[in-house]
Amino acid sequence: MQELVNRAKALLADGTVQRVLGWKMGDLAYNPEPAFFENEEALSDFVYNSFCGANLSKYMIEASKKEGKTLVFLKPCDTYSFNQLLKEHRILREKAYIIGVGCTGKISGERIKEAGIRGIIAVEGADAFAPAETLQVKTLYGDREIAYKDAMLERCHVCKGKEHKIYDEIIGESRDTADSDRMEKVREIEAMSPEEKFAFFQNELSRCIRCNACRNVCPACSCRKCVFDSTKFDSAQKANVDSFEEKMFHVIRAFHVAGRCTDCGECSRVCPQNIPLHLFNRKLISDINEFYGEYQAGEDDTTVGPLTAFTTDDIEPSDARERG
Amino acid sequence: MSVATEFKPKIVAFCCNWCSYAGADLAGSSRLAYPADVKIIRVPCSCRVNPMFILRAFEKGADGVILCGCHPGDCHYSTGNFYARRRMTLLFSLLDYLGVEEGRTRVEWVSAAEGVKFSQTMNEFVEKIRSLGENVRLGDLRCKN
Repeated sequence: MQELVNRAKALLADGTVQRVLGWKMGDLAYNPEPAFFENEEALSDFVYNSFCGANLSKYMIEASKKEGKTLVFLKPCDTYSFNQLLKEHRILREKAYIIGVGCTGKISGERIKEAGIRGIIAVEGADAFAPAETLQVKTLYGDREIAYKDAMLERCHVCKGKEHKIYDEIIGESRDTADSDRMEKVREIEAMSPEEKFAFFQNELSRCIRCNACRNVCPACSCRKCVFDSTKFDSAQKANVDSFEEKMFHVIRAFHVAGRCTDCGECSRVCPQNIPLHLFNRKLISDINEFYGEYQAGEDDTTVGPLTAFTTDDIEPSDARERG
Repeated sequence: MSVATEFKPKIVAFCCNWCSYAGADLAGSSRLAYPADVKIIRVPCSCRVNPMFILRAFEKGADGVILCGCHPGDCHYSTGNFYARRRMTLLFSLLDYLGVEEGRTRVEWVSAAEGVKFSQTMNEFVEKIRSLGENVRLGDLRCKN
């Protein structure tokens, strides 16, 4: 971590960048949050550990409007989102100085809590570049242990790879963390009967409190004017009081990011109700791959997306069903 | 007192102005019958149909939604129906995934000269919806009944 801070200080000092976009400690031991650092002193708050799952690409939209360059730290999976935003002309490459940071799989406080560990005070072994196999968790009720793997985010178990797709320099080693099949759950749901499918999704989605966290964190959800914002007020209202949008929120959102979603998994990470929102996106990704050829959004910043292209002999909706 | 209630499906048909809508007209003037349960909404092109229209139709109580457009390659605007085809393929697949029976959504390419095909398609589709019954899902995905 000190390496990152030193490099950031050097780049600030020689005027290459005007500010740094990274993570700072949150109010708890396990929730670092994205932050801008304007000068060297502010960097004393900088942190990069295994809890830094937040994807910083979306913050580059704001940073692109500011004067001068911004130093941004991107994990391998974040670079996909960065590329996708570049493709959509939402951010400017020349306004960013990208340091690709190594990733050894990100963990989350939620996963530790799910394992039955409550009252977390501190977690040891969460070093970003050299994490421990077993995390030592200090809690209000004494010391506990959890395997690093068990605390890892779902998305890290199905990691796309540890290669940075866009960067100016790379700091830190990565470690491969993929150990499950990304589409396993999707296949499982596809095999259910319509009644079971609906019951499954209704059960998950009935927990939704419409906090809009999934939309706000999603790098693909960066339209200047969002359908879920109020048309009557200047401020972005929390929810448009429209029963249709209320009921169909997740379906509409999934479709709006179809072909642009990089499967970064931020939606599921931030959901306070632990709804597996990635299941919608993965279904669409799986269909796109099957019907229109393998496609990974954000692989580069030039390829035309699957929903803005077509071929004259595309599959018919009725035939797609028989195959799917 | 009980009233015998026969299931009258509500079916929304989005029809392209340049082909299927004229096809429906031809079906009418050729005196080919199709059920009155089908409510036609005229759109300038099948590509005009935002996936949200389909969702909204279901939310408002439709039991089935069918999209009719020009045959691929015959679009009045050259390429509209190619885009529509990709969108609908993905949307319908997503709806299947959410548990909406697959028979409730359909895409059919009907030209202005195919009055017979229009009438047949609608008859088949209404029959299918009758067999599936009322659409109780997708009214509200976020709340348990």
